[in-house]
Amino acid sequence: MNSFTLTQAAAVDEAVSDFAGHTGAAYLGGGTNLIDLMKENVSRPTHLTSLNHLSALGQIEDLPGGGLRLGALATNADTAWNPEVEVRYPLLSQTILAGATPQLRNMATNGGNLLQRTRCYYFYDLATPCNKREPGTGCSAINGMNRVCGVLGTSESCIATQPSDMCVALAALEAVVRVQGPNGERTIKFEDFHRLPGDQPELDNTLAPGELITAIDLPAQGYAKNFTYLKLRDRASYAFALVSVAVGLEMDGNTIKTARFALGGVAHKPWRDQAAEKMLEGQTASPDLFRQVAAKVFESAIGYGPNSFKIELGKRAIVRALKQATEMDQALDSNAFLNTNP
Amino acid sequence: MSQTIATPPTVRLDSDVIGKPISRPEGAAKVSGAAKYAAEYNVPNLWYGYIVDSPIAKGKILKIDVDAVLALPGVKQVFTHENVPSFAWFDRSYKDDVAPGGSPFRPLHEPEIMFSQQPVALVVAETFELARYAASILRIDYEVDENFNTDLEKARAAGKGFDAPKGKTGFLPPPKPKGDAEGAFKAAPHQVTGEYTHHAQHHNPMEMFATTVEWLGDGKKMNIYDKTQGAPNVQQYLRKIFSLSKEEARVVSKFTGGAFGAGLRPQHQVFMAVMAALELEHSVRVSMTRQQMFSMGHRPHTIQDIKLASDEQGYLQSLQHTAFAETSQFEDETETVVNWSGILYKCDNSKFGYELAKIDVDTPADMRAPGAATGSFAIECAVDELSYKAGVDPLEFRLLNYTYSDPTENKPFSSKRLIDCYHEGAKRFGWEQRNPEPRSMREGNMLVGWGMGTGCWDASMQKAAAKASLSADGKLTVHSATNDQGAGTYVIMTQIAAQTLGLPLDQVTFVLGDTNLPEAPLQGGSWTAASVGSAVQATCQEVGKKLLKLAQKMDNSPLDGVAFEDVQFADGHMRANEDITKSVAITEVLATSGEAAVEAESSAQPNPINMLKYSMHSHNAAFVEVKVDEDLGTIHVTRVVNAVAAGRILNPKTARSQVLGGTVWGISMALMEEAYLDNNLGRYMNHNYAEYHVPVNADIHKIDVIFVEEEDDHVNPLGVKGVGEIGMLGVAAAIANAVYHATGKRVRDLPLTIDKLL
Repeated sequence: MNSFTLTQAAAVDEAVSDFAGHTGAAYLGGGTNLIDLMKENVSRPTHLTSLNHLSALGQIEDLPGGGLRLGALATNADTAWNPEVEVRYPLLSQTILAGATPQLRNMATNGGNLLQRTRCYYFYDLATPCNKREPGTGCSAINGMNRVCGVLGTSESCIATQPSDMCVALAALEAVVRVQGPNGERTIKFEDFHRLPGDQPELDNTLAPGELITAIDLPAQGYAKNFTYLKLRDRASYAFALVSVAVGLEMDGNTIKTARFALGGVAHKPWRDQAAEKMLEGQTASPDLFRQVAAKVFESAIGYGPNSFKIELGKRAIVRALKQATEMDQALDSNAFLNTNP
Repeated sequence: MSQTIATPPTVRLDSDVIGKPISRPEGAAKVSGAAKYAAEYNVPNLWYGYIVDSPIAKGKILKIDVDAVLALPGVKQVFTHENVPSFAWFDRSYKDDVAPGGSPFRPLHEPEIMFSQQPVALVVAETFELARYAASILRIDYEVDENFNTDLEKARAAGKGFDAPKGKTGFLPPPKPKGDAEGAFKAAPHQVTGEYTHHAQHHNPMEMFATTVEWLGDGKKMNIYDKTQGAPNVQQYLRKIFSLSKEEARVVSKFTGGAFGAGLRPQHQVFMAVMAALELEHSVRVSMTRQQMFSMGHRPHTIQDIKLASDEQGYLQSLQHTAFAETSQFEDETETVVNWSGILYKCDNSKFGYELAKIDVDTPADMRAPGAATGSFAIECAVDELSYKAGVDPLEFRLLNYTYSDPTENKPFSSKRLIDCYHEGAKRFGWEQRNPEPRSMREGNMLVGWGMGTGCWDASMQKAAAKASLSADGKLTVHSATNDQGAGTYVIMTQIAAQTLGLPLDQVTFVLGDTNLPEAPLQGGSWTAASVGSAVQATCQEVGKKLLKLAQKMDNSPLDGVAFEDVQFADGHMRANEDITKSVAITEVLATSGEAAVEAESSAQPNPINMLKYSMHSHNAAFVEVKVDEDLGTIHVTRVVNAVAAGRILNPKTARSQVLGGTVWGISMALMEEAYLDNNLGRYMNHNYAEYHVPVNADIHKIDVIFVEEEDDHVNPLGVKGVGEIGMLGVAAAIANAVYHATGKRVRDLPLTIDKLL
């Protein structure tokens, strides 16, 4: 880890100007990803603008019109266990709790969650070429151990995935990201927040330099009646998703009125396919329909060998998640049965 | 120093403390942080070394630019092959007690790179953080040699295999062939041919490898606090390389936070720390990062071929088992892999083979149940497959082919109650309710599968020594240079000593992990209980004999004329067996004698006659239930019954913990563990705790441990076989077999991850 200076910002304006006043600065929230990256020398900021005294950003509060504002500095744990979130956005609550460990969730912030970097093995290992870490060096994963890498929206320069669970739910919930930067405040639709790698895989998102996430706004519709988060991984906790699916539905009997879903573990961003969502709307829920939708989502998928299984697994996960959400039969959750085991 | 040849057990079965679930005396120190591990000795004025490792798999260091690093205030030195003195003339000076054949790796010796993550430099600085930072800016230019291979399959296809050579202590070549294995195979009605693989697996103990060297400022005298499974082995290694005396290189290892074989051989951090301390004449600590622990040994990637055939009834007609395993370019790491297949099953026609191939990785190392975990997975899966072909229940199939003597050596077992493991395990598990048909059992939308597997491990004993001192206040201290990597050495040795001299447990202290103490073997091979336990018992008996002599010198001694064999020690008293009213308190004997303490030193070693006469092994039978979500490829191991026959159980609490740990590791091996080797880069890519998966608590469900106790007068004086490895065996195969029973799908390549079940 290189030497760095640290400022404790007392206000958002101050944080933004402190950042702008230092070359090589990074914002520090819970630090659960940044500090690791610094230890591995993947990230070498020379200055940290700590946000941890910005208590105003730690709130979770109602929005006029029925939405909910999640402060960027509220922890993942506080968000997941917030009564409003649990009741109105149970999909988000479940999704957060499917990620990381209690210890990490106690430290990790909502803003930081959106900014966590890929877990592609090569990104973390300075001994290997990686376009995301060092543009122009090449992608080792494409012909390497890419079991954890993406199959949708990949490019020749990068097949990394965005690793967050929370973001998958936020994509399905159509959240809005509020940011403040040197040029003032703006909002970014969640689907526009993360980007595909293209030929600039070093950029994970569309934040301008110095921009700081202040809050995440949830729309009024929380899909609290028909939802599911299905996460498939190599062990029951503290493992990133191989494939995950967040689903929120508005049902009328057995008819799907509104459908929102997103996938994790398959792309450089939480993967939403609005055409696939449309295929569900106005239709009667059925396994056949779900299979058609799943096939549609993965139409353009490319497997790279070790990760090719994600295409089939992703389809099956969509079918299962939609089935669970429509039936709202949480007993079908792949872990639930274990609790009743003799 | 007297020597005791192993004799039948003298510990009484009505014992107060042997066989009781006594808690570890060091437990409170461990959970409160008072127990010091190697990197926790905060000696004054300490400098810190950070290891720099190679990013390439093969090539040569061209240039190391140390100037920028040395210019940093607080950096003390950068050690590389360019400035580390040549300490020893011969590479054999680097051979430790358990080194395999070949030429051991010599850290910082030459510019050649032989494996990715090879240590190439040590940066020493005033703080760990500075050393780590300095290491990150050390510029090293390499000449990359693209002509390397880390792919075992490729080496095999290219015909690079060679018969595993002798050279490593404890390695047994495959058993000799019997009968006509190929002919019998062809003629048999039921046949199984299968290739079984697992990939490289890394030990990953919780405590990372570290050494703190305390420079004492008196010549070359050092206290070397090291993470190891055996201080004496480390000391021998250091003495040979650096020409040090026993007094100069005192190695201390009081607590070891798991090691599982990774700590058998001295690791390069101890070389680095001692080298730096000697060169700088200063206290130095070198600790590895988690990532660096993927550069120091692993369970070798192994490909196994099995051909198994039976007659119509299910009696084995042909048993053929060969293994093909990786080793490094510079050493021939060998494990005994296939032998246990021949020990477990009766078959007149058998053939075994074991080949190695050199690839460009670091030398593999023993890892919990080395070889047996590998071999047991393959043979137990193949047996299961054949049982289906023969239409015989998998348990019944094993009973049909059960053997009461060791077919590979044609001699009886010293004891073997595997059959009771089968029966008791099956009963506890409810095996009789099993529907033999694959895919026949369901719960909700989950497929349920029941499978089983068997394991066999050697009941070994090594020579070990101990000394004991009984002070006038009746407190006994027993010493031996052995180790406790969490197995429970402290508590079982305390029990044995307390039992032998009839003292309360709280009057007995066992001291270990210091080369100033009587020599003991490495903690490995499940032999500590037998080896060190027998030495402790023998030593305490010597104390007892001296006590008896002192007692007999007392006026009107109640034990006058009573032979040692006719005396019992209990409740702090010596008593005549024939008349227990003839009794004297041990403290009274000591007070009357005027001696400050009674001391003795003794050792124990295996009985060569018994070793010739008997085959000595522990056994187990593991029964497993899995639930499989077939659509999603997820497997949950919901129940395990692990029945173990390992001689006498000294402490059912710590023994159960050992078997629980082994069972969890079996689950881990079956479902999760694989170091992903990128053959383009020759590098393990998931080299951290987040991506190299072992189970979390939520992955582990019900585990039931059964001990089928064996009375064994032949194996060693205590009648123990050790439980360090046996619990792991059979579990991975049982899971794979249960998955087949659930799904009808055979996966012969571990781990059984989601992608393989889709």
